[in-house]
Amino acid sequence: MMEFLGLYHYLVFPLLLMSGIYAVIAKRNLFKKLIGLALMQSAVFLLYITMAKVEGGTGPILKPGEEDVLYSNPLPEVLILTAIVVGISTAALGLGIIVRIKEEFGTVEEDLVRELGGR
Amino acid sequence: MFMTEIFSAFLLTLLVVTALAAVKTRNLFVSVMLTGIYSLLIAINFFLLDAADVALTEAAVGAGVATVFFLGALALTAEQERSPSAYRPVAIGIFIAVTLVLGYATLGMPSYGDPDAPVHVHVAPFYLEKTPEFMDIPNIVTAVLGSYRGYDTLGEVFVVFTAGIGVMFILGVRPSRKSERTGMIASGENGLRHYLIPRVVGRLFIPFILLFGLYVQFHGEYSPGGGFQAGAIIASSIILYALLEGEERALRLIPRKVLNGLTAGGALLYGAVGVAGMLAGGNFLDYSVLADDPVKGQQMGLLVIEAGVGITVTGVLLTIFHAFAARERF
Repeated sequence: MMEFLGLYHYLVFPLLLMSGIYAVIAKRNLFKKLIGLALMQSAVFLLYITMAKVEGGTGPILKPGEEDVLYSNPLPEVLILTAIVVGISTAALGLGIIVRIKEEFGTVEEDLVRELGGR
Repeated sequence: MFMTEIFSAFLLTLLVVTALAAVKTRNLFVSVMLTGIYSLLIAINFFLLDAADVALTEAAVGAGVATVFFLGALALTAEQERSPSAYRPVAIGIFIAVTLVLGYATLGMPSYGDPDAPVHVHVAPFYLEKTPEFMDIPNIVTAVLGSYRGYDTLGEVFVVFTAGIGVMFILGVRPSRKSERTGMIASGENGLRHYLIPRVVGRLFIPFILLFGLYVQFHGEYSPGGGFQAGAIIASSIILYALLEGEERALRLIPRKVLNGLTAGGALLYGAVGVAGMLAGGNFLDYSVLADDPVKGQQMGLLVIEAGVGITVTGVLLTIFHAFAARERF
């Protein structure tokens, strides 16, 4: 069962990643592209956290007085924890740029923006 | 144990379905709401994978603050996606090909939960063994975040700070021409004040959210939590206040000057701890020299830098929110 779940985790990662990439390639709406980027990002988060898991382990918060407790790996968790907050900040920056594009061109569709031409 | 695994597999399936639906729908409002649900699902999944700290962050940031930001930007742009998809066959081809290749590649990964996987035998055992001796706090994630990888976290805090400054610059200028707006968030004076139920329920919740944020901040060494999570939770309680009472009142509560001070002050506080360590005769960001007892010094350093992280994250998230909310008044 554990083995199946592991394979399933590893299969879900490319599916999530590629659904994000699909949005970035195929969608012309800039807003949608940004959502795609966010999906890609969280797929990578999931992969990292999957690798941090130790079978039969528990969260890396020490239990004083208890011997022989198996803890999951704290390092990937730290990396992803900070990456999530950085991710929302950079996504907000992208949203800011999209709002400005809308104000200047009246649209956020990539093809229409290109037609109107950069000044 | 068996039930947990079934639940986990179910959550993963739901995650894929939500992601595909969020990409497929052409109504952007629906898409944003689906990404909010996606964040909540992935947070539960992180929790099942023993990453309580990450789950807390994802729930506060992804499902809470991010959804508000996306909706705020959506109110200023268009709700419906107009152009049809382009390069569709190419994109689907890439989707299938890369999924197959990556799926095949992951067969070579160390098997799930294997305690002997390379990632578990490098520095992680050192962190787990030595933390009680070096700083005597139970939450290893906080110890790694604040002390072992303090430089890294300082860098992240400055990235967050820079993104906040960037949003201020981009949305701080006047638009060259008026464009039609499709909706409004937290419009000016009123907000949702004339809606009874959100107002009553929201008012009830805000103090508790704030209290929980402070608990997460100051209890981060002993339970899941820390500056990043607390910052997001505190910011979301103020954002809730702004949505209920109108943006003006929220700005009266925390004026822009104070926000700017918070944004810069937290990062500076973090850096100052590093410099204090240097003045006390240690290396930059070495907390052991801050007190007579190295363990006490480490704990003190961690407490102060976590406070710095929390202050900056709160400041930046609120600055970004106000930048979007104020946009409609230009």
